[in-house]
Amino acid sequence: MDSVVLLQRQLVDYTAQLFNEGFLDDQFNQLQQLQDESNPDFVVEVVTLFFEDSERLLNELAKALEQQSIDYRKIDAHVHQLKGSSSSIGAQRVQKVCIAFRNYCEERNIEGCQKCLQQVKNEYSLVKTKLETLFKLEQQVLAAGGSIPWPM
Amino acid sequence: MESCNCIEPQWPAEELLMKYQYISDFFIALAYFSIPLELIYFVKKSAVFPYRWVLVQFGAFIVLCGATHLISLWTFSMHSRTVAVVMTTAKVLTAAVSCATALMLVHIIPDLLSVKTRELFLKNKAAELDREMGLIRTQEETGRHVRMLTHEIRSTLDRHTILKTTLVELGRTLALEECALWMPTRTGLELQLSYTLRQQNPVGYTVPIQLPVINQVFSSNHALKISPNSPVARLRPLSGKYMPGEVVAVRVPLLHLSNFQINDWPELSTRRYALMVLMLPSDSARQWHVHELELVEVVADQETELTPEQRLMVETILKSSNLLATLINDVLDLSKLEDGSLRLDLGSFNLHTVFREVLNLIKPITSVKKLPITLNLAPDLPVYAIGDEKRLMQTILNVVGNAVKFSKEGSISITAFVAKSESLRDSRAPDFFPVLSDNHFYLRVQVKDAGQGINPQDIPKLFTKFVHNQTLATRNSSGSGLGLAICKRFVNLMEGHFWIESEGLGKGCMAIFIVKLGIPEKTSESKNPFLPKANHGQTAFPGLKVLVLDENGVSRMATKGLLVQLGCDVTTVSSRDECLHVVSQDHKVVCIDVCMPDGFEAAARLHEKFTKNHERPLIVALTGNTDKVTKENCMRIGIDGVILKPFSVDKMRSVLSDLLEHRVLFEAM
Repeated sequence: MDSVVLLQRQLVDYTAQLFNEGFLDDQFNQLQQLQDESNPDFVVEVVTLFFEDSERLLNELAKALEQQSIDYRKIDAHVHQLKGSSSSIGAQRVQKVCIAFRNYCEERNIEGCQKCLQQVKNEYSLVKTKLETLFKLEQQVLAAGGSIPWPM
Repeated sequence: MESCNCIEPQWPAEELLMKYQYISDFFIALAYFSIPLELIYFVKKSAVFPYRWVLVQFGAFIVLCGATHLISLWTFSMHSRTVAVVMTTAKVLTAAVSCATALMLVHIIPDLLSVKTRELFLKNKAAELDREMGLIRTQEETGRHVRMLTHEIRSTLDRHTILKTTLVELGRTLALEECALWMPTRTGLELQLSYTLRQQNPVGYTVPIQLPVINQVFSSNHALKISPNSPVARLRPLSGKYMPGEVVAVRVPLLHLSNFQINDWPELSTRRYALMVLMLPSDSARQWHVHELELVEVVADQETELTPEQRLMVETILKSSNLLATLINDVLDLSKLEDGSLRLDLGSFNLHTVFREVLNLIKPITSVKKLPITLNLAPDLPVYAIGDEKRLMQTILNVVGNAVKFSKEGSISITAFVAKSESLRDSRAPDFFPVLSDNHFYLRVQVKDAGQGINPQDIPKLFTKFVHNQTLATRNSSGSGLGLAICKRFVNLMEGHFWIESEGLGKGCMAIFIVKLGIPEKTSESKNPFLPKANHGQTAFPGLKVLVLDENGVSRMATKGLLVQLGCDVTTVSSRDECLHVVSQDHKVVCIDVCMPDGFEAAARLHEKFTKNHERPLIVALTGNTDKVTKENCMRIGIDGVILKPFSVDKMRSVLSDLLEHRVLFEAM
């Protein structure tokens, strides 16, 4: 069935593109390897949890940075969480920004923190869109009767 | 009147003349009197003559003229005064009437003449209507032709056929000189001439896609007239002497699924179009009619993108046609079945998927026939089984297909469960002796329908191949009757039994079969909800109880997934207190994320809780830091192993295996 093969090719190419552009790293591959027939939605579940977690953390961070007296420890804790989550699923670019963010926190540099917050929001929404597209492609492949090709 | 006394003629000359005058007058009178009679007679016959009044007048005029002539008969000889008076009266009247008639005719004769003109006019109109009828009829034919063409397009899934057919049929219907299709190239920057009607091998002309004329055509879904000199219309050397025919171009939206030369996949968001160019014959005065343009637009628009539901249906249809092909091939298996040489293809497969596939394949038909169909899989039905997947699916499909075929209404239910001993032994199958064992289970499938039913006496005949039960054969049935015979053979090969129950005609029917299927290799920990892959071979730690402590939900889930992959029985906690609460002697390993604030604290408390060393679970620290401080902390607290994040399945496996072997491991970076 050519359509299935084409869709699979498309999926593979898109995934490769995400890796090349640095949106995802090897950790994502690790996650994909944990998914099989007995656990068919593992990756989607983890990523969904990441989305929920991150959105909550980003809200908290925005609130915290608006305060009169900024509690840098709390911000650091949040960013640490976000860094942990993003590294768990392999969202590399988000993770990198989090590392920079933590540095600014240590320096108590408010402008740096705000700039990083903006950056992290951007990177997060980018990776979210990319991952959602990826899952949609996977759905299409499955709907066409094919199977998800193993990561290479 | 006085006779001349000179010479007496031989004949009386005057007498002769007078005689002839006399006779002529008589005949004139006669004629004069008969003309009105004739007129009256014929006009009475015809109903439409509008000028009866004129006739009367005319009649009077003629009659009086006749009367005058008649009376003059008497005036040849000597006549009395009465006759003279009568003659005068007649003459006067005649004069009056004839003048009146003359005046009247001035009005009437033009009218009569115009009647003729109107007649001619009507004749012309009739001829024109005839011509238009001819045109309409031609259009009707064309429309019918196009409908057939679009039907053809819709039913064909082959891209090449669709386009070729489109070009050929359009060329024929519209009597085109040339019809060509320009397809976008891989890069999407150019259009390449891909198909033409007349030329057999189109030279690979390309034109850049950004030409204004192309943009204009692509931006609307109408067929637009373009100049014959534009690059997309210069398809061949001018064959006509004077004028190339008018050219029209229209965009053709491309299907996203295509089995063409295009292998690389373009960006999903851009809508790609092909360009269809149609040329009228040169040197003809023909112009593009509005209805012809509409026709072209409709045909071009047929190539629309399939919606996901349509695509699913298309795939299902393709799959079922593949399956049908398989079934047909397997009819040849019957001969193998006969002489016992058919072997089952045993393998491990997903049993639930088989049922779902059958349901998907039969759903289009049941929804068309409006028969509700349900599938009930028992909760204890194993997901995986060992057996001949293809033939099991064939059997189920055949049985369900029969239920659908012979039901005009009512619902169909498919039930599948593991047959325990009571349901295995059946009075209808006295020679069926199931043997229960640990490696196998008996799958019982029941398909119940509310259709035509079967006379119980005819049931044994059903399984005889090629015999079609006459009472079952309705005008809708087709098929050679092989199906049930084959299925029974398959079921027998699977060491099972197949029978049909029915209470009679019109009372529906239930088909039941039991087959023996193998159970795939299970781990010793049978209660493990996450069955590892049958052929994974990497379940290193089946049933190992592990506790994971991590504040971060995402990494907690990732760690859990990883450990589950290794076959562990994982519990997760998110706080130190919860960890201490939940932990027990059964937990062999506790994984702690020491980057969280309470991580080390938790490890320390674990030590306190389990005073005896051999009872204490092994503590593995998950950390992202490799700095010295972390290492020292780990050693101080008494952590058995450290794994650096991000970690892989392999790394975790090696750490755990070393730990469990030696009960101590210090670094695993």
